[in-house]
Amino acid sequence: MQVVLEGVGYRYGDLPVLDGISFTLPQGETAALIGPSGCGKSTLLNLVGGLLQQQTGRISTIGTPPPGCLNPLTFVFQDFALLPWRSVAGNVALALEHHNLGKAEREARIADVLKLCGLSDFADALPKQLSGGMRQRVGIARAIAVRPAVLLMDEPLSALDAQTRELLMEDLISIWSRERTTTLYVTHNLNEAVRLADKVVVLSRRPGRIKQIVTIDVPVAERQQPQHAATLKRLHDELWALIKAEAQVADREVQNA
Amino acid sequence: MSEAPLFAQQAAQQTAQQTGPQTAVAFRGAGFVNDTRRWAPWLAFALIIAAWETASQLGWLPALFMPAPSEVVRALHSLLLDGKLLAHVGASLQRILSGWILGSLAGVMVGFLMGIFVIVRSIGLPVVSALFPIPKIALLPLFILWFGIGEPSKIATIGLGVFFPTVVAAFSAVDNVPRNLIRMAQSFGLSTPAIVAKVILPGAMPGILAGFRITSSIALMLVVAAEMIGAQVGIGAFVLAAGNLMQIDQLIAGVVLLSLLGLTISWLLSLAEQILLRWR
Repeated sequence: MQVVLEGVGYRYGDLPVLDGISFTLPQGETAALIGPSGCGKSTLLNLVGGLLQQQTGRISTIGTPPPGCLNPLTFVFQDFALLPWRSVAGNVALALEHHNLGKAEREARIADVLKLCGLSDFADALPKQLSGGMRQRVGIARAIAVRPAVLLMDEPLSALDAQTRELLMEDLISIWSRERTTTLYVTHNLNEAVRLADKVVVLSRRPGRIKQIVTIDVPVAERQQPQHAATLKRLHDELWALIKAEAQVADREVQNA
Repeated sequence: MSEAPLFAQQAAQQTAQQTGPQTAVAFRGAGFVNDTRRWAPWLAFALIIAAWETASQLGWLPALFMPAPSEVVRALHSLLLDGKLLAHVGASLQRILSGWILGSLAGVMVGFLMGIFVIVRSIGLPVVSALFPIPKIALLPLFILWFGIGEPSKIATIGLGVFFPTVVAAFSAVDNVPRNLIRMAQSFGLSTPAIVAKVILPGAMPGILAGFRITSSIALMLVVAAEMIGAQVGIGAFVLAAGNLMQIDQLIAGVVLLSLLGLTISWLLSLAEQILLRWR
């Protein structure tokens, strides 16, 4: 499924946060959305996912969802958003229970995604018993259990420590290589963007406008190979140069507010 | 390159050069711990009762106004034997239960509606604020006029007394369910009834159970007051009658029964919390 944004704008009352955002996210690609804090990255993601009412412009999807898809636009949240009273398997089940699946298929799907995310041994554990990394694995398992057409990831690794983040990035890459899900990935971490995205959409400071779209030609699976290190480092620096000045201004803005 | 070794060298030299007395570091983080001793309350209870009994036996307490614990136990025993204990406690319990269940059901329902729907909240909050402060026992005469002197007027008083705190507890419990969980449920396409049942109800359970602790003690208070105003049986009526007849041992026995009743209710609620809030 392809996602098309045409002239998307959004304002909270008098405060414009997004302005004239247009880009196309082709089927199977991962786009990272980066920009200084307060530039409306998460707002844009919530608009695409239908959690916020659209104001100006148009957001649409093109194509039919894959077979077995229960929830075409599916979120992974920064704070995991797990129900603390449900077990790991129960949290995944929440996304499936209201669909007409049949017990056998539902349990098969749960077992599948838990295995894929390395959670099989934790099916009956409660979220409070898990580390941050494992909790986000549950969030990811819940998301892929519905076989989404588009994954909307809102800073999914920001609440995790650096080592866990590395591990989960590898997990994400291996999941994507299997599922080929179109993904919109909001982050403020340039390393994540350079490591995971096919293209990086750079937003400006508020009101967020597209500053540049940087395409990364190195296949995601090969990015750890040493021959690409220089290219990726150059891209990283290029992206940083694009947002550094804006980030400085945004930083002062927040402090003055 | 040579930075780290240099530091290490300097540190080693300093240790070697340092002269003067060597002092062991003293522990100063003692006390202020969050801990309890399970035997302490039992011991305290035993000591108080023993002191009371001794004071009575020695004649320090006038028997007419303050009976010895042993006399209270004897009174309780004889009440148990002639079946009065069961009749009084049974009558009170029945009123508490029916009033509390009615008030709680209605209160949780209204509280949920207020937590979920903006329009109900906008209307409900000022109405609740206006009616909440009325001491409900003041309405008993009105209820007696409406429903008669029998059970319904007492149950209505208890129910109303329980209703308002329950509304407030349920409403703020729903209000405190993390918004991100509700949005997560919406993002997976759950219907509103499913969100209420699977996210809001369990998420609000801690707040609702905390409210039940308050309302159960309100119910106990109101049942006694209502029974003192107009009832033949019930612990409140029994205590009042005992007072009128100067049967101090019976009066204290009634008070002890109320304390035991309150402890039992609070124990049952703890049990419910342990079962329902295991995930916390």
